[in-house]
Amino acid sequence: MNNWIVLPTVLPAMTAALLILALPHHLKHQRVVSVASTILALALAIGLLVLAGDGTPRAYFLGNWPAPFGIVLVLDRLSAIMLLLSAALALMVAVYACAGWDKRGRHFHALLQFQLLGVNGAFLTGDLFNLFVFFEVMLIASYGLMLHGGGAPRLKAGFHYVAINLIASTLFLFGVGLIYAITGTLNMADLAGKVAAVSADDQALLKTGAMLLFAVFATKAALVPLHWWLPSAYAATSAPAAAMFMIMTKVGAYAIIRVYGLIFGADAGPLAAMVAPIVIPAAIVTLIVGAIGVLASRNLRDLVCFSVVASMGNLLIAVGLFDGPGTTAALSYLVHSTLTGAALFLLVDVISQRRGQQLDRLEPAPAIANETLLGAMFFLGAIAMVGMPPLSGFIGKLLILDATRQAPQAPLIWAVMLGASLLMMIGYARAGSMIFWNNSEPVPSAGGAAVAKAPGLTGITLVPLVVIALLLAATAALSLGAGPFTRAFAATSDQLLDKAGYVRAVLSPAAGAGTGGN
Amino acid sequence: MELLVASATGVMTAVGIYLLLRARTFPVILGLTFLTYAVNLFLFAMGRLTINQPPVISALASAYTDPLPQALVLTAIVISFGMTALIVVLALRGFLESGSDEVDLAVSGEGDAARVRTDEDKARLPS
Repeated sequence: MNNWIVLPTVLPAMTAALLILALPHHLKHQRVVSVASTILALALAIGLLVLAGDGTPRAYFLGNWPAPFGIVLVLDRLSAIMLLLSAALALMVAVYACAGWDKRGRHFHALLQFQLLGVNGAFLTGDLFNLFVFFEVMLIASYGLMLHGGGAPRLKAGFHYVAINLIASTLFLFGVGLIYAITGTLNMADLAGKVAAVSADDQALLKTGAMLLFAVFATKAALVPLHWWLPSAYAATSAPAAAMFMIMTKVGAYAIIRVYGLIFGADAGPLAAMVAPIVIPAAIVTLIVGAIGVLASRNLRDLVCFSVVASMGNLLIAVGLFDGPGTTAALSYLVHSTLTGAALFLLVDVISQRRGQQLDRLEPAPAIANETLLGAMFFLGAIAMVGMPPLSGFIGKLLILDATRQAPQAPLIWAVMLGASLLMMIGYARAGSMIFWNNSEPVPSAGGAAVAKAPGLTGITLVPLVVIALLLAATAALSLGAGPFTRAFAATSDQLLDKAGYVRAVLSPAAGAGTGGN
Repeated sequence: MELLVASATGVMTAVGIYLLLRARTFPVILGLTFLTYAVNLFLFAMGRLTINQPPVISALASAYTDPLPQALVLTAIVISFGMTALIVVLALRGFLESGSDEVDLAVSGEGDAARVRTDEDKARLPS
């Protein structure tokens, strides 16, 4: 049994507790501890990725209880990739917040660490009820992050966000209860074996439970028609929180891949491929809604929010295939869209801070400071998000298009994906030219000073730009190293299709590695 | 007893859903509470309804009730209790800051042209 597997959840938990209990009033110390701990988490995630790279799933038995009775954490390639992604994103967000956002409310860093705990736990757990608990940890932290900084509109949008998620949590419990009632277990590996053997009388009930769970995951993943919470919540929250939330929609997509790939996968008897007929049509509509939203947005934050919705549409089209190439494409696109979305949220924040009264609204404003640099970054971010070559969005989309060739809806998928790209490109081009080119004369404000002359690049304004540049560089790296990355994602999807390996790792761990020595 | 538990769960769920669809924050919170009560009861029933049987191993027991749903319900109660407390505070803060307990986002129908989103946006504006 490898004890490193539990550390991605323990480390942020301890850090968050330390931040709250020992350093509640020392912002500088909080920053140092938070960033240092996130760097450690990143190193840990890289280590676990190397560990998982040999292709064997590893189980960690909490309290050393044997598998179907205790809770297991499972590390396989998919978990390791997601852990690395969440740690990298958390590091970027923590550094970005150090440039000033964490002063606007209390405990930003502690909440960020708690969020990391929930997200990492959700990626590692091999137990459905434990997944619920980690979802709740993640959500509780996200409520705090979402409200960070306060203000009436944020509180109003926060109420929606919390209420929607509480309803989703209740549905999650109903679903879990039904699945337990029929199968008598909540361990994912155990369920994978038992679902196929459920008697014909109980199949309808089990299917109801599984569908309720799907509704929950679809809400998290912002799948139409359960996506309306996303634009209002992400637009109302602070930029670093919105960037961190990019990983939360991905938790929904991850849960769909895990639960409906492993438990209700191809060999689940009559319940196999239960959600596949829903996912792809809903994802297509999600993509259309997102693209239209991008076109209709009147400010940059809404623009980015709706392009996140559209990117979830692309992602879930690939997820909905539930086969090797589909999952490979989904993973590639998932990593890309998380990094790009986060970069854009942060960039929009930097831009709107420099635009004075106009904020991020798409209307003429005096030219902003560092216009060329910010314009170039926005251009790169837009290219990546829309999916134009040469950045990673293009590769991800290409993989998805390629993977859907055999699907019965292929012509529709191709038409919608390419048409949506065009709409998004128009939306981004319009927004970019309005923000960067359509400058009005500087209007002297009531106080007499011109607003336009913002300070140049000093240390404090440089940090956010470096973070955004790093995120954009990561998407460029994804594109440059597309060959090796795609091979790694393909190995991951092969491992996901080999359910026997996962089940073996959990239910009958090798004598040498597991039960014997303990 | 099956009828009683089933109808109690059903009625509470129905009441919860009805209240959730109200347009003010307090009924919505009550609706959420009803839903969590319903789901707690539901989880209990998922371990099958058993009366007067111990959940842990004992020499005297002739049969057992399933202990796992009880553990699940306990976790669910703790989580939903915390969440309810949070959303009550959130609704209260929202009411105090905006002067209205309506759930709608656009308070008085103004478009986003007149909207100053947050305090930090306000702070950024030249005074």
